[in-house]
Amino acid sequence: MTSGKVLLKGLWVLGRAVRDEPHMFAISVAGSVVFSLLTIATAFVSGWVVGEIALPAIDERHVTFGTLLLGGVAILAVSIGKIIGIFGRRLGAGAMQFRLQARYRQAVTRRYLRLPLEWHQRHATGTLLSNANADVESAWYPIAPFPMAVGTVVMLVAAIASLFATDWALALVGVAIFPTLLGVNVAYSRRMAPRVARSQQLRAEVSAVAHESFDGALVVKTMGREAAETERFAARTVELRDATIQVGRVRAVFDPVLDALPSIGTLAVLVVGGLRFRQGAVEVAEVVSVAFLFTVLAFPVRAIGWVLAELPRSVVGWERIRHVLDAEGDMAYGSTTLPEVHKPAALRFDDVHFAYTDADGEPGGDVLSGVTFEVPAGRTVALVGSTGSGKSTVAGLAARLVDPHTGVVRLDGVDARDLTQEALVGTVALVAQVPFVFDDTVRGNVTLDRRTAAGHPVDDEAAWSALRLAQADGFVGQLGEGLDTKVGERGTSLSGGQRQRLTIARALAGAPRLLVLDDATSAVDPRVEAAILAALRRDEDRQASILVVAYRRATIALADEVVYLERGRVAARGTHADLLATVPGYADLVTAYEKAEAEKEREHVFDDEESVTA
Amino acid sequence: MTTATPDLAKAGVLRRGLSLSPELFTGLAGTLGLAVLATAGRVAIPVAIQQGIDKGLRAPGGPDVGVLTVIVSITAGVLFLTMLSAALMNVRLFTVSETALAGIRTRTFRHIHDLSMLHQQSERRGALVSRVTGDVDQISQFLQFGGLIFLISLGQLIVTTAVMFFYSWQLTLVVIVAFAPLVFVVRHFQRRLSVLYLDVRESIGAMLGAIAESVVGAPVVRAYGVQHRTAERLDTAIDRSRRAQFRAQTNNVISMSFGEFAAGLALGSVIVIGTLLGVDGQLSIGQLTAFLFLATLFVQPVQVATEVLNEAQNAIAGWRRVLDIIETSPDVADPGAAGRDLPEGAVDVRFDHVHFAYPDGPEVLTDVDLTVTARTRVAVVGETGSGKTTFAKLLTRLMDPTTGGVLLSGVPLTEVRFDSLRSRVVMVPQDGFLFDASVADNVRFARPDLSDVDLELAFTELGLIDWVDGLSDGLQTQVGERGEALSVGERQLVALARAYVADPDLLVLDEATSAVDPATEVRLQRTLDAVTRGRTTIAIAHRLSTAQSADEVIVVDKGHVVQRGPHADLVTDPDSIYGRLYASWLEQTR
Repeated sequence: MTSGKVLLKGLWVLGRAVRDEPHMFAISVAGSVVFSLLTIATAFVSGWVVGEIALPAIDERHVTFGTLLLGGVAILAVSIGKIIGIFGRRLGAGAMQFRLQARYRQAVTRRYLRLPLEWHQRHATGTLLSNANADVESAWYPIAPFPMAVGTVVMLVAAIASLFATDWALALVGVAIFPTLLGVNVAYSRRMAPRVARSQQLRAEVSAVAHESFDGALVVKTMGREAAETERFAARTVELRDATIQVGRVRAVFDPVLDALPSIGTLAVLVVGGLRFRQGAVEVAEVVSVAFLFTVLAFPVRAIGWVLAELPRSVVGWERIRHVLDAEGDMAYGSTTLPEVHKPAALRFDDVHFAYTDADGEPGGDVLSGVTFEVPAGRTVALVGSTGSGKSTVAGLAARLVDPHTGVVRLDGVDARDLTQEALVGTVALVAQVPFVFDDTVRGNVTLDRRTAAGHPVDDEAAWSALRLAQADGFVGQLGEGLDTKVGERGTSLSGGQRQRLTIARALAGAPRLLVLDDATSAVDPRVEAAILAALRRDEDRQASILVVAYRRATIALADEVVYLERGRVAARGTHADLLATVPGYADLVTAYEKAEAEKEREHVFDDEESVTA
Repeated sequence: MTTATPDLAKAGVLRRGLSLSPELFTGLAGTLGLAVLATAGRVAIPVAIQQGIDKGLRAPGGPDVGVLTVIVSITAGVLFLTMLSAALMNVRLFTVSETALAGIRTRTFRHIHDLSMLHQQSERRGALVSRVTGDVDQISQFLQFGGLIFLISLGQLIVTTAVMFFYSWQLTLVVIVAFAPLVFVVRHFQRRLSVLYLDVRESIGAMLGAIAESVVGAPVVRAYGVQHRTAERLDTAIDRSRRAQFRAQTNNVISMSFGEFAAGLALGSVIVIGTLLGVDGQLSIGQLTAFLFLATLFVQPVQVATEVLNEAQNAIAGWRRVLDIIETSPDVADPGAAGRDLPEGAVDVRFDHVHFAYPDGPEVLTDVDLTVTARTRVAVVGETGSGKTTFAKLLTRLMDPTTGGVLLSGVPLTEVRFDSLRSRVVMVPQDGFLFDASVADNVRFARPDLSDVDLELAFTELGLIDWVDGLSDGLQTQVGERGEALSVGERQLVALARAYVADPDLLVLDEATSAVDPATEVRLQRTLDAVTRGRTTIAIAHRLSTAQSADEVIVVDKGHVVQRGPHADLVTDPDSIYGRLYASWLEQTR
């Protein structure tokens, strides 16, 4: 974008702000105009008091005290009026700025909650965080000085008008100086724009490096790479420093020029005023007023410069916000509900293909190709496959975290895409491989203030019962405040196994009709797992179908059927015994430990024989 | 900070902050000199006006334009010099402050990495990041905008007061009296604002936390359909921060308005008293006018300084947070030059009556006293929460024991220099964190000098080359943020390769293959067994297959070491803890 376009776009963004917050804008501009007009009044009242009261008094060596007091009070009164103006302007502008920030933070985060997870996966966490935070902030940064700038424009018009009313020759000085001031301001903001954008970009990069590095602090520490990481960070920091100094250099040159221009005006007024005074066209009081006017205008005119200087940053911020707000591909929910709410649900994959898209939206290679299988109502199916074979993707599709590229995932025979959100989340519960815990109480984490598919609120009783089943009741009971205990950001106060059990309890508390466990019990004792699965098959009020990603023979043994995945394809389906006998890849995978053990035994025997012969 | 001495505490923060950045003082005398020149120019205008009115406009023989032109020309020259020195001063100030802040950023960053794992985890990650970003930016804003303006304002105030005194000491007193009460008002609001800005920072921190949670936890939010609940939590946090900001703003404006009132009072009084003095013959009309201009010059810096002081509360808060980090001495500290290197060769391990409890927590390990001979492969087993991970963390000095000591090859861990420790002792944590780079670069994190050929060799030795070849771009495959483009198990494979190429003498595996499929795990196990011969390996085992192949098994239960010995010996007692663990393991694998 050229700087001219940036300016136009920036003004459009300001217009958007006015449309969003018309009342606050009106209050702040009213305050600003009052302030501006009274600022001009200060000049003329001062000039009037000097010319009409002080001058004759000093010349005649006599003054009426009442008249004099009137002059003093007039000046004080103007000040009080200005205070009212300041209140309107600053509070209005503050309210407007903060309300806009809040409004767009809410809009952006609302959008995050609605956009599909595929969209989330394409964007770095850091970017999403700064969209909702830093970008919203920079978009509305110019709002703080904006009303003052609008007031100043009014003030400039009024000032030029009053100049012409005073004397055309003095007015010409104003006509020369004010546009020059504006022109220098515009040139200033154009020079600043690219430099500010660059330093902003670098600031984001510095932040990203810090975020990643602190995220991986444990690896950095255990590998002793602190110095190398510091070097990586320092390199970006130095770039940022240089870029900021570049911004500073532009400011360093323009700021003093902008400061000096009104003073030059004052000097010009002295010369021109002298000439006009000799011609008898003006009075001393008028020369003083005009000279004073330039002095009091010097500062407010800068506000226009501030707004202009911040516009490029604001435009960048606004466009990043728009990128989120305009992002397409809402995960739309259908309108179909499932009639059954008490019995287990059936899951079916029909020729499902899936590929992850990269950051540019280009699809990568197929992660799943032509996956077809089913989990009949009330049955348990184990999903087995080597590392990277696509098991987690199947789990995500079953809970409709993502949609297949081709093919259909059905719940009770209905395409999952046609279900309402309530029907979907009331039916399926997914426990992910890596437990995620909210910065909330244990209760909040387990109940999530939900209702079950049958419409019952998930209450404390349901929470405790779920915790008991996940064998998490023990440690929760020992926590300081039981269900009310805060677990900290990402559950840092809990151990890995505890977090995992908490997320299992969360899934169970909603009384799902299909439970998807994505290797979610790795930190749980096998007996606990068996107990959970058994309860889900046995208990009348808990019955659920189960899709479980598993390696453990014990878990697999509980399954009615095994689906064996190889590189994103269903390589075999059947009972464990069948697959064990007929599918070598499967047999290798699930009997790996036994084989290793057997080999070990043989080595021992061999070692023993060796020691005997030795 | 105690409430009794907030100003002292603030002064302390400033002093400590400044001493943190000696760079700030480079060429300070020159910059101050330029600042004096820059402010001196500001009184040129009022003086020109006084001279212009008294000697030009109201010259005894009628208006004298010639004199006016001379006065104006001289003043214009002074203005030009002022501009020049202001520009030079700005450049110096920006360069010096940005250089100093880049230094603070980098030092704080390093210091955060030097803090112990426990300390790092006790802070929100976002909060740590803002130490090296937002907090430092705030100081920069203050130094460059506020600090600069404050400096000029102060200079302007001094020069103006001097010139005012020159014209009329009586009127100068009037101005000072009008402004005196402001000192108390400003102090009062300063205190109030420092509390309010603290609240602003806190509410923003909480808001960022909530936003981060909704982004990182997006899959859970989606899976459980709790968008509405999450949105409500976000709204509350966002709203709280909006209200906190507006409250601070309101107080700021109230405090400022007192300045404006004082200005009006000063100008009004100057007019009244100045005219009386003029009538008395003590003041010319030009001097009175000049005084009005000077009073304005006096008012501006006072108002500006008030505002800057208010904003300074924010900067001081930022400075305080940076200082809090920098001044926290790492509780698990590198002994540095005073420390020792680990002796060459394989490492033996000794736990000498080790107890460990997390701060304010119950004891996690109780009286662990054992020796692991060099070149053995040991498996540590126990149920979740038995304390086995704590064992690994103490072994690698991520934490120090509460009492007792850990010795490697006879050297107390606390005396081993980190350089030596981290190159000889490597741990693979359960969460195989990867950086947003290629597979190759992630492995190179441990050994930056490795060529692609070396890397391929390493993966081949580990029996993972087929997996690498199956990746879309081989070794150059990008792993995404935190490695999330790979599955959890695949991330563990990369983390393991990373540790493998580090070639340590003591390898600690903390459930490093918990998400890897059994066949791959067994293969890895076998390779590791082969390559770890000649070094010491301690594996915190999640699956008992590891224990079976180990030379020795250490069984931990409720923080106590309850059994140790080779697997073959331990299984003979089916009623022992190990016996039961093994039975359950068999149950699930058969």
